[in-house]
Amino acid sequence: MALIEVSGVHVRFGDRVVLESIDLTVPEGEFHGLMGPNGAGKTTFFNVLTGRVKPSRGSIRFDGEDVTGLSSHRIAAKGVARSFQIMTLFDEFSASENVIVGLPGFRARGFDMHHAAAGDRGFAEKASEILVTVGLAAKSDTRAKDLSYGDRRALEIAVALGQGPRVLCLDEPTSGLGSDGVQRLATLVGRLKGKLTIVAIEHDMEFLFSLADRISVIHWGQVVARGTPHELQQNEWVKRSNLGRFA
Amino acid sequence: MIPTPQSDSARLITPTMLVLWLVLATVPFWIARVGLYPYLGIEILIWSLYALAFNLVLGTAGLPSFGHGAYFGIGAYAFGLCQFNVVANLWACLAAALAVAGLAGALVALFISHRRGIYYAFMTIAFGQIFWTVAIKSHKVTGGEDGLLKIARLPADFGFASFDLAGNVAFYYFVLMVFGIAVIVLWRLVHSPYGRVIAAIKQSETRAAHLGYNVWLYKASIFALSAAVSGFAGGLFAMAQLAAFPDVMSLHQSGYVVMMTLVGGGLVSFWGPVIGVFLFLIARDVIGAMTNAWMLYFGLLFIAVVLFRPEGVAGAIMAAWQNRSLNSMRQQGGTALRLLLGGGRWR
Ligand SMILES: Nc1ncnc2c1ncn2[C@@H]1O[C@H](COP(=O)(O)OP(=O)(O)O)[C@@H](O)[C@H]1O
Ligand SMILES: [Mg+2]
Repeated sequence: MALIEVSGVHVRFGDRVVLESIDLTVPEGEFHGLMGPNGAGKTTFFNVLTGRVKPSRGSIRFDGEDVTGLSSHRIAAKGVARSFQIMTLFDEFSASENVIVGLPGFRARGFDMHHAAAGDRGFAEKASEILVTVGLAAKSDTRAKDLSYGDRRALEIAVALGQGPRVLCLDEPTSGLGSDGVQRLATLVGRLKGKLTIVAIEHDMEFLFSLADRISVIHWGQVVARGTPHELQQNEWVKRSNLGRFA
Repeated sequence: MIPTPQSDSARLITPTMLVLWLVLATVPFWIARVGLYPYLGIEILIWSLYALAFNLVLGTAGLPSFGHGAYFGIGAYAFGLCQFNVVANLWACLAAALAVAGLAGALVALFISHRRGIYYAFMTIAFGQIFWTVAIKSHKVTGGEDGLLKIARLPADFGFASFDLAGNVAFYYFVLMVFGIAVIVLWRLVHSPYGRVIAAIKQSETRAAHLGYNVWLYKASIFALSAAVSGFAGGLFAMAQLAAFPDVMSLHQSGYVVMMTLVGGGLVSFWGPVIGVFLFLIARDVIGAMTNAWMLYFGLLFIAVVLFRPEGVAGAIMAAWQNRSLNSMRQQGGTALRLLLGGGRWR
């Protein structure tokens, strides 16, 4: 049984159909790439997957359980973490605190009103371990808004990792990064590959083709092509529509 | 984030609290000598508590509540009505003030907690006006515009000893004791995991939801808590005034607590609301004695803060004493102000 099973997902905003019918099956441990032109509905698909948008038709199963229409916080609590195309961090919080708030252990104490949050060393230590893995060890006390763009991208990943997720959804993680930044991110994400199930929307072909086990191409609200990076390069549709055009 | 030294945020009682309490404890000894009067001290303490409760919503949660006077007023009525109709016991009536205002807040929270920004502000105003109208129209219960009169300052019975609070000095010390406890509770609340989650939600609801937090429930709960503590302050206010009046529930009095909190620096500091209340009430008495237009001056000060000094007085003080950068505090205040009125659901 696959970890993620999406079938026939249909989304419309008013009378504008954004997703016609999306099917997607991702087995545990796979790195699955999503690509497609701007406005194809990739982010909307993530929004459906993570409970932000309710589909008008279709179903989403996570680890065999029907999670269609559950709210974001419930889906997140089941182990689905995501990053955002437009970065949303807690800007006034330090890097460390951003990670701490994402820890399931902290969340479990979310309604604790009578202990001091700063009094718990355990969370801070856990956060700093995670910050080390993304190369932000030295910046754990820096406020998120004072971090460089690349560091913020890394922090997004750190927060997601802190959630201890089973699935990591990355929405254009390299966007806005220079080539060094992309390299750093590729190394980081590459280390996660195999340990986690990853679904990544990405327009950087090199990044995606080198990391993904399989890739789905979304266009006109449907999956128009799917396969291993190698298969996709041979795919008629992909060849005809000139991959490089996708952004 | 409300910036405080890490060590302070983990403390139950901070040095600032101790200094404040010591100073406040001396007030009855000199207040008459500087031309003021003990009752003003009572008012300042009660409004400070109210403003601190209000700032849970405004500053900590970043939610613009412009009809908060309703809960302060409801607490005052609940105190009086409990005393007349249920039991004339101080603790029971204060508990009633807390509970009834908290329930009213929870009820309103049901309808507004999916919102933030300007929509939230409008709805809090609308609900505030509804409560105010009900208070004025229910003449039989509340006394209408005349107010609910003859509320007594019930004695504080501690079991081993009972204190008469009829005199202003005794009542002042009682309010100071309650204020002291409330400050400890609120300080801890703001710096607890719950408080941090509320502060996180202020910065990004989207992010918080995708980290697994039930954003709606947190927003609803902080509003209800704030209303409850505001109502508790309202109960004390009914004792202070020996009556409960509808005007504290009006839109313009609800505006006072917003002005006090912002001028004082509630967006960047826990203590901002208290500073704002001091300034407001002392300005009312001192400048008000010289000119009727004192509200005009405070209004201008408010406009200046909103436009140019969102860090408020507390921000300036922290910059001077704690050696924090005024610029970063101004930025922080500005961001908080933008979050307060901008920001729909997609953040
Ligand atoms: N909440 C929304 N309401 C209305 N239209 C939306 C909403 N979210 C996305 N869209 C529209 O859906 C289309 C797909 O957007 P999106 O999923 O962001 O595309 P992609 O990520 O593939 O570039 C766009 O035309 C966008 O304007
Ligand atoms: Mg997108």
